[in-house]
Amino acid sequence: MLWGANHAIALADLVDGTVLNQTDVAGRSIVLATHDQLAAAQALVALDGAARRIVICPPDLPLAHLAEIATDAEADAIVTDRDEADFAGHDLPPRLACKGPLRPRQVATPIATEWVLLTSGTTGVPKMVVHSLAALTGAIKPPQPGDAPPVWATFYDIRRYGGLQILLRALFGNGSLILSEAGEPVADHLHRLAAHGVTHISGTPSHWRRALMSSDCNAIAPRYVRLSGEIADQAILDALKRQYPDAAVGHAYASTEAGVGFEVNDGLEGFPADVLRGGGDPAFKIVDGTLRVRSRRTASRYLGRAPQALMDEDGFIDSGDFVTERNGRYYFVGRRGGIINVGGLKVHPEEVEQIINRHAAVKMSLVSARRNPITGAIVVADVVLHEPATPGEASDILKQDILAFCRAALPAHKVPAAVKFVSSLEMTPAGKLVRQNA
Amino acid sequence: MSIRLTIFSLIEQIAAEQKIKIQPLRDDLLLSESGLDSLCFAILVARLEDKLGYDPFATSGDVSFPVTVGDFVGFYENAAH
Repeated sequence: MLWGANHAIALADLVDGTVLNQTDVAGRSIVLATHDQLAAAQALVALDGAARRIVICPPDLPLAHLAEIATDAEADAIVTDRDEADFAGHDLPPRLACKGPLRPRQVATPIATEWVLLTSGTTGVPKMVVHSLAALTGAIKPPQPGDAPPVWATFYDIRRYGGLQILLRALFGNGSLILSEAGEPVADHLHRLAAHGVTHISGTPSHWRRALMSSDCNAIAPRYVRLSGEIADQAILDALKRQYPDAAVGHAYASTEAGVGFEVNDGLEGFPADVLRGGGDPAFKIVDGTLRVRSRRTASRYLGRAPQALMDEDGFIDSGDFVTERNGRYYFVGRRGGIINVGGLKVHPEEVEQIINRHAAVKMSLVSARRNPITGAIVVADVVLHEPATPGEASDILKQDILAFCRAALPAHKVPAAVKFVSSLEMTPAGKLVRQNA
Repeated sequence: MSIRLTIFSLIEQIAAEQKIKIQPLRDDLLLSESGLDSLCFAILVARLEDKLGYDPFATSGDVSFPVTVGDFVGFYENAAH
């Protein structure tokens, strides 16, 4: 089953019947821009094998960007459940209505459809990243005989890489999927997951921290808890293991461009150095501090008018993720775009957050740069506590304690100059912490 | 607390945090001989902005950088007016 917030469909219903009313998706380039996530899921199943290309637009894509995306993707049509009035004033290809129950037509000779995902986290028009269904499903293991069918859920929208992975895992694992619903309160979402008996659930560390801040996280008892999309630090892994002692807690290294690199299931942050050995598929190497990935699960190229190269000449994609090795294990320290320069010394916000998050009083943190007349920039931290601090002396003592905790683990230029206690941290639509330069 | 006392107590706090031995604070002490390094000053300016609500380095266009402790205090006192 696919459960949306308001209605549901049985996946078996998707096997045959009629499609989209129109017959003109075959061999065409289609931009999928639905409001409803369930409609998007149905359309994906309907279009694969028939359309030449599906460009999967996240729900928050501005309409102004949609026109550019459609042009660059040489789109023949936009499949949408939106009202025609929404598109007034935009120069767009013809719209195909995507409303009501959709069923894929049996395609006599299925073609290898391009699945095109949009990058998240950058400003401006997102980049289009070309995948194939084979690449997207390359890390999905077939269900084992005797396995109970999984009931999947994800905090992601399925129109982003992390969410699409879960839709495909549900489909290929003969399972079910409970979709997220934009704007739904965390407590309602968790109770909806509980009502459908969720067994497998995925999200970013930020999604999980938000879920754990709700006492309603007691409502679910998953067998498998998965993190991806941001650095999974030891604090969040331990917190999830405490909350769900019977669950396997794993973190996946994956990105829209690099696909699913590897999964780490030993309960520890970072990854064993063995991952880098072997040189098989996927293959990894570290150049200039960042992790590079080559595998059949990566995207094949960028799409657009003047696409930049996705891979180097040996087929490796630069993830932009900095890693460092300590005692035979590698740890993620931050992203290329996020480095703070303190008087010529580099600081990754994430490496500082990982330390702060280990403090017993801290729920989560965001480290950022503040401009500074002496060093150009200096590190500051916004911190969410388990128990809100009352302003005054106790609060000042706790700040001093967190800073002392940082000083014990970090060189001086990486220690925040100031700590501010905040009640929450903002999250992007893709489920990541909002960062200045992300 | 006066601006002067705020600055002095923050300098002592930062020096203690950074385990730096500083000279006794007085107006004619040269900042370059105070024992504080540039990171200490960077932290000091950031914390003063939090405590006082302003950063005179960001607001005054033509900044001649304070040379002595007295200059530094005066710089913040003038910006308060």
